[in-house]
Amino acid sequence: MQGRWTRVVRTPLGLTATVLVVAVVALAVLGPVLWGSGAGAVDTDAILAPPSAEHLAGTDNLGRDILLRVLVATRLSIVLALLAITIAVVCGLVLGSAPFVLGRRSGRLLAAGVNIAVAFPGLLLALFFAVVFGVGATGAVLAIGLAGAPAFARLTQTLVAGVVARDYVAAAQAMGIGRLRILVRHVLPNIAEPLVVNATIGAGSALLSFTGLSFLGLGVQSPSYDWGRLLYDGIATIYVNAAAALVPGAAVLLAGLAFNLFGESVAKGLGVPAGIGLGAVVPGRRAVPVDAPAPAGRTAAADRPSDVVLDVRDLEVTVPGPAGPVRPVRGVSFDVRRGEAIGIVGESGSGKSMTALAITRLLAGRGRVDAARLEFLGQDLLAPDTAVRRRTLGTTLAMVFQDPMTAFNPTRRIGAQLAEVATHHQGMTRRAAAARAVDRLAAVRIPDAPARVRQYPHEFSGGMRQRAMIGMGLMGSPALIVADEPTTALDVTVQQQVLDLLTAIRRADDVALVLISHDVTVVGEVCDRILVMYAGRIVEDLPAADLVTAARHPYTRALVDAVPDMTTDLAEPLATIPGRPVDPADVPRGCAYADRCPLAGARCRAEDPPLVAGPDGPPGHRVACWHAGEPLPAPAGRDYDELVESP
Amino acid sequence: MSATFIAPNPPAGPAGTRLRSRPWARFAVRRLRRLLISLWVLVTVSFAMIHLIPGDPVRGALGPTAPAELVEAQRHALGLDDPIVVQYLHYLKGLATGDLGTSLVSRLPVADVVAQRLPATLVLAVLAFLVAVAVAVPLGVVTGVLTRRGHGRRTELAFTTTSIIVATIPDFLLGVALVYVFGIELGWLPVAGNDTAPAYVLPVFSLAIGPAVILARIIRVEMVGVLEADFVRTARAKRLPARTIYAGHALPNAVTAALTVGGLLLSALVAGTVLVENVFAWPGLGSTIVRSILTKDYPVVQAIVLVYGVGVLITNLAVDVALALLDPRSKIRED
Repeated sequence: MQGRWTRVVRTPLGLTATVLVVAVVALAVLGPVLWGSGAGAVDTDAILAPPSAEHLAGTDNLGRDILLRVLVATRLSIVLALLAITIAVVCGLVLGSAPFVLGRRSGRLLAAGVNIAVAFPGLLLALFFAVVFGVGATGAVLAIGLAGAPAFARLTQTLVAGVVARDYVAAAQAMGIGRLRILVRHVLPNIAEPLVVNATIGAGSALLSFTGLSFLGLGVQSPSYDWGRLLYDGIATIYVNAAAALVPGAAVLLAGLAFNLFGESVAKGLGVPAGIGLGAVVPGRRAVPVDAPAPAGRTAAADRPSDVVLDVRDLEVTVPGPAGPVRPVRGVSFDVRRGEAIGIVGESGSGKSMTALAITRLLAGRGRVDAARLEFLGQDLLAPDTAVRRRTLGTTLAMVFQDPMTAFNPTRRIGAQLAEVATHHQGMTRRAAAARAVDRLAAVRIPDAPARVRQYPHEFSGGMRQRAMIGMGLMGSPALIVADEPTTALDVTVQQQVLDLLTAIRRADDVALVLISHDVTVVGEVCDRILVMYAGRIVEDLPAADLVTAARHPYTRALVDAVPDMTTDLAEPLATIPGRPVDPADVPRGCAYADRCPLAGARCRAEDPPLVAGPDGPPGHRVACWHAGEPLPAPAGRDYDELVESP
Repeated sequence: MSATFIAPNPPAGPAGTRLRSRPWARFAVRRLRRLLISLWVLVTVSFAMIHLIPGDPVRGALGPTAPAELVEAQRHALGLDDPIVVQYLHYLKGLATGDLGTSLVSRLPVADVVAQRLPATLVLAVLAFLVAVAVAVPLGVVTGVLTRRGHGRRTELAFTTTSIIVATIPDFLLGVALVYVFGIELGWLPVAGNDTAPAYVLPVFSLAIGPAVILARIIRVEMVGVLEADFVRTARAKRLPARTIYAGHALPNAVTAALTVGGLLLSALVAGTVLVENVFAWPGLGSTIVRSILTKDYPVVQAIVLVYGVGVLITNLAVDVALALLDPRSKIRED
């Protein structure tokens, strides 16, 4: 507890605020003692004098020194504000905790009353109470105190409700302890801290409000004076001596700010651990490297078969991390041909989603994409974005994301979100685009499409939303659909529908598909070719048909083995891959999988194997392993600790 | 901008559909009920005001030296010698017919006083609100985009610090400072009254700057959050131009949360006119209510409190309706 409070003081803002608050309080205590007589001294020779060496802020209409009066007024201003905030907190506490003590019916009525009162601004309530209690300091204290009560009542209600939900309160209630006793013993001690913090902030606001009332002439009355009263007198003579209004104004502002900042920094210090967000600041990095990729890409374009839709060479993704740049994708190369379905599989953190975002240029600004070549339909995606490219991509490259619950804009109708593609990129009128949206939703087998386009995303089920998302991709005429875990967030029953739909679209229109998944079975079922990723690299590229029977990389084989099938003995624990995935911030030398690999030898830990077609393997099968295809030892007998130990 | 080509659902559908199935109708019923309850509380409280004053309010208003028969006559004029239920019914009947009583000081009908003063206050509040929104939305969106995740740490720190300090300055102190700088030192703008267009500048800005900064802060935080949302990535995947993504997709989602706080700011702004009007000698309700409190002109005070309260209720209603329009989910949500 003590430590947390000192931590508050140690932040620069907290320290400033603490010093200010201490200074204000000291001034309140000492001011009248030191300057009380000086502030009252009437100097008829210097009435309404401008600032001078003798009177730094000038004098008022009786020739009294403004600066001294402002200093002396600190005590009254602060005392009145503290009185007011005390009234507000006490009344708020009573009103806010009463519903708990009173029980359901009258408690609810009281809470409703507080809710109505809270809707009215404090100043309005203060004016109301000022009328009731009369003009003057006492009336103003009561007015501001009572006007602040509803806000504290609301706060107390919320806090009490939070504590009451906890187990020990329920236990106390079950033991038959009275509600009042529970409130005092269990609830109040637990809400004291936030209340005190808010009261500190409230003290600043009370001071400002009090100044407001005195400034209106409704607060402190002559011959007493607080800052508001001085301001009231000062503004009347602002043309003669502006300092008479500005100095009390500045005093109020400084003191109010001190209390506010103190409260805010205490709240921050108690709620959020200090030092957060002080990690490395990566200075403005451009997402797209300015220098163009190697010219080799250009010449090679001629020899490439024309049916290549997407061509990726040596793709790297770099993101800023807390301890320097991290490279979650480290040199990935593949191509996708017209109508081909490529699956990318791997554990979370293997870089597969990063790859998807990089090849579609959707990686947010903090990531940097480098590649020897990144071409989609012959267009260089590494070049700066242009309107023409946006149009091409907008109509020919479709994306399907993992979570259909969040991938649609919740504030717009489904139809409008689909139609947007057509109005922006295909120059359609709104009417034509709307008609196309209906047509596309029907195409992805959404029943009653004309009515459905008028609905909002929250009115769709998860599976329907994912189909609508695919339908959105079909607004243009896509050559490639990139689907990043499209079924992961869905019920098992609708997963198959979505996969069938993707397959159907691919077959019907010769659309290429890049399907990213952690699920080997899904990928094996839908795709022609599978890329297995591990620690930001492709470790195996093989035909889907070979996955179960002819996988050569130990990691791929482990992934396949981890899938339970009809012959799996359910009494045994399910097979897992021992060890943990590699942290992208700390990729070991050599083969990244070596630490988890039963075949790993000295060469694996020293040299990273390249992705090549095996000498005896089929041509369409590439693997990055020094021990590709070697028989695996029996899984038992290996110690977990030994596996995660780094060399 | 946010192109909706389909007409919104009419609030009332064809007969036979059940209320439950129509969110707009349910929203309207619920919201109307809350408005009526609040209105009743407000009217009752404003009626009760004069009765809550300790001692004899009429004696208090006229002073201890006033002759007893004058006090008695005044009590009669205010209807204070009737039974309280009769007074209450009388008050309600008066409100319904637009009769707000008679000023004790000027002897004018209070309704006339309000009608004469209300426009100036209304114009001031509406202008200040428009300025606040016109400043806050672009400022919040731009700083939000500049300080989105992984960007502009320094901009964020500068903006947050400045906005905390600016937001702490109460409107009337800002008003005094503006009077000094632009009225007295520079002499560019008039500092009192509402006779000319330039006279609007300082009062409107003193009222607008605080809420504008707070609103901009909220919009910034919301924008930063929304720009991380999946649907923004979807919008980028649709290859929409940046301005469509920011204004069409991100902003409406950032604004829904900002509106809730914006509503509170707006009602605070309504009340803030009281102080600012007194700084700038603005001939509105705010200067009238203060004068009436000082002269204990209770019928006028009562009526103006009621008008401010109704203003706040209308503001809150407008915010809720705007929320329901912008965020289709909010009207389904119960309080």
